[in-house]
Amino acid sequence: MSKRIDVKDLNVYYSKFLAVEDVSINIEAKSVTAFIGPSGCGKSTFLRTLNRMHEVIPGARVEGEVLLDGDNLYGAGVDPVTVRSQIGMVFQRPNPFPTMSIRDNVLAGVKLNNQKMSKGEADALVERSLRGANLWNEVKDRLQKPGSGLSGGQQQRLCIARAIAVEPQVILMDEPCSALDPISTLAIEDLINDLKDQYTVVIVTHNMQQAARVSDRTAFFNIAGTGKPGKLIEVGDTHTIFSNPTQKATEDYVSGRFG
Amino acid sequence: MTATMTPTPVRKRSSLTKGQLPKAAPYIVLALAMVIGAAILAVVGFNPFGWGIVTAILFAAGLVGWSAVVEGRRKAQDKLATCLVSGAFIVALLPLVSVIWTVLVNGIPGLIAPGFMSSSMNGVTGVFDNKAVEEGAPVVGGIYHALLGTLEITLLATVISVPVGLLTAIYLVEYGADRSLARAITFFVDVMTGIPSIVAGLFAAAFFFAIVGPGTKTGAVAAVALSVLMIPVVVRSSEEMLKIVPNELREAAYALGVRKWRTILKVVIPTAISGIASGVTLAIARVIGETAPILVTAGFATAINANVFSGWMASLPTFIYTQILNPTSPSNPDPSSQRAWGAALVLIILVMLLNLGARLIARVFAPKAGR
Repeated sequence: MSKRIDVKDLNVYYSKFLAVEDVSINIEAKSVTAFIGPSGCGKSTFLRTLNRMHEVIPGARVEGEVLLDGDNLYGAGVDPVTVRSQIGMVFQRPNPFPTMSIRDNVLAGVKLNNQKMSKGEADALVERSLRGANLWNEVKDRLQKPGSGLSGGQQQRLCIARAIAVEPQVILMDEPCSALDPISTLAIEDLINDLKDQYTVVIVTHNMQQAARVSDRTAFFNIAGTGKPGKLIEVGDTHTIFSNPTQKATEDYVSGRFG
Repeated sequence: MTATMTPTPVRKRSSLTKGQLPKAAPYIVLALAMVIGAAILAVVGFNPFGWGIVTAILFAAGLVGWSAVVEGRRKAQDKLATCLVSGAFIVALLPLVSVIWTVLVNGIPGLIAPGFMSSSMNGVTGVFDNKAVEEGAPVVGGIYHALLGTLEITLLATVISVPVGLLTAIYLVEYGADRSLARAITFFVDVMTGIPSIVAGLFAAAFFFAIVGPGTKTGAVAAVALSVLMIPVVVRSSEEMLKIVPNELREAAYALGVRKWRTILKVVIPTAISGIASGVTLAIARVIGETAPILVTAGFATAINANVFSGWMASLPTFIYTQILNPTSPSNPDPSSQRAWGAALVLIILVMLLNLGARLIARVFAPKAGR
C-alpha cells in the first residue's frame, strides 16, 4: 500500500513568477524523505505540487511531470480529487474540523465523500486509524467530543489519523511539528517512523535534527536570493547529506554556517 | 530573625493611597450638583430636562476640578474622560429607553384590550369607536389580520432572499476570486444596500403590473419588495461569515480527496452556519418594520386574508400608519391610536424576539470546544 514518486524537470510558477526551478527527484516507496532548506526556498510549494494542492492557490501552475508509480499526476484528464485521495497531506497547523467530533474527524474523508459504511466498519476504521496515529489510548473514551478540545499535539495526530483513514499511498507532511512542543514533536516523530512501514512519507522540516532523526533520504533546497527561484541542490541518503555532502551550500547549511 | 525586624508603624491610612479622593466623592459631587442645579433652574424656571443637563455639567466640572486639586493632572484627565464616555453612553441610551417606555405605556392598554390579538378590523366602524369614547364601551377590533400579514409576507420574503443571498455569497467567496463578474456583483450589492425602501416597493409594484396586470397588489408583491431590501443584507452578512472560515479547513478537506462543492456544503457552511443564521435573523428584523414598500405593494386590508397570492393584505406597520393617519372614527381618534400603539408594541416585541433568536441560533450552532 505505497507507491513511489518520480519527479522530472518540474517548474512551479505563481502567475509569471518562477518559484521553483527544474526539480528532478525520486522518492522511494516505504521510506521517509525529508526536504530541508532556508525559508522561502520553495520546499512547501514543491511539496504541494506532489498532490496538486498548489492548485488551491490562485495563479499557481506547474510544468513537468510527477509520476506516481509511473502515472503522471498532471496527465490529461487526471482529476486532482483522485490524486489527493491517493496522496494525503498533513499541514503545518493542526486543522481538525471544528464542527465535528473526534470520531467524525477521523471518518471525514469517508463521510464527506458520502461513501456508505456500516457502523461496525466505521468503528473498526476509527480504531485502526487512531491506533495508527498513536492517539487511540488518549481519546478512546471521548470519541464523541469535539476535536478542537484536544491539545495541539493530539490535534496534529488526529489530523494524521484523518489522513491515513482514507488509506492513501503517500503522506505529505508540511512542517507537521513546527507548532508543537518537544514532547508532542517526539510523539509525531515516533509515529513517522511507524508510518514508513506502510506508507511513503515526505516531510518538510525546518529542524535539521528532525530531518536527521526521522528520514532515510534528505533533499536540500536553496534559493540564490530574493526573487530568484528555489532549486533542489542535492538529494541523497540522510547520513551522506549530513556528514559528507557533495555541494558546498549543503555543507554550509547543515553545519549551521547559514540559514 | 524577628527580633531584628523593625515593627511596621501603625498608620491610619496607607501611604500608597495618599492623595486620593474619598470613595464617596462622586456621590457627594452628584448630590451637590443636583442641589445647585435645582437652585439655578429655580431662578429661570424649573424643568427636568434642563435640570439634568445643568446637573451633568456641574457634576463633571466639580469632580474634575476637585480631582485636579487633590489628585493631580493625570487623575483629573482620567475623571474627565470617564465623565465624557459615561455621558455619551447615557445620551445614546436615552432615546432607546424613551422609545421602549413610551411604547410600553401607550401600547399595553391596546394589547390587553379583549380580542386585540384574535380579531381583525373587519366591520369595525367609527360607530364602535364613538361608543367606546362616549359610553365607555370596550375598544373593539384587533391586529390579527395585520399580524398574520406581517408574518406571511416576511416569511415569504425570507424564503426568497435566503437562497438567493446565500448562493450569491458562496459564489463571491468560493468561486468569484476577483473575477470581473464577482466584482460587478459586489458593486451592485453595495448599491442595492443603499436603495430607499420605497424604491424597492415601486420596483416590485411596477414589475408585477407589467407581468401580471395593472393594479396587482398582493402579499407576494410585498414579499418581493422586501426581498429586494433583504438580499443585499443577507449577501453581505453571509459573505463576511464565509470569509472568516479558515482556509486551512478547506485545504484539509481537499487533501482528503473531497470535491469542492462537498467541501463547501459539508465543511464551510456548517462552520459558518451560526453567523449566517444570525445574519439572516437580523435581516428579517430589519425588513419586518418596513412600511412604505408594503403600502404600495400589498395595499391595506381590514379583513383577514391568509392568501399571499391574491387580494390586499394588511401588515403591522401599515396598520399603525393607517390607524394614526385615518382614524376609524375621525371625530374620536383615541381608540384608533390605542390600537396603533398596541400594534407598535407587538412589532417591537417581534423584533426583540428575532434578535434574541439570532443570539440563540448563534449559540446553538457555534462550533463547540468542550473536552
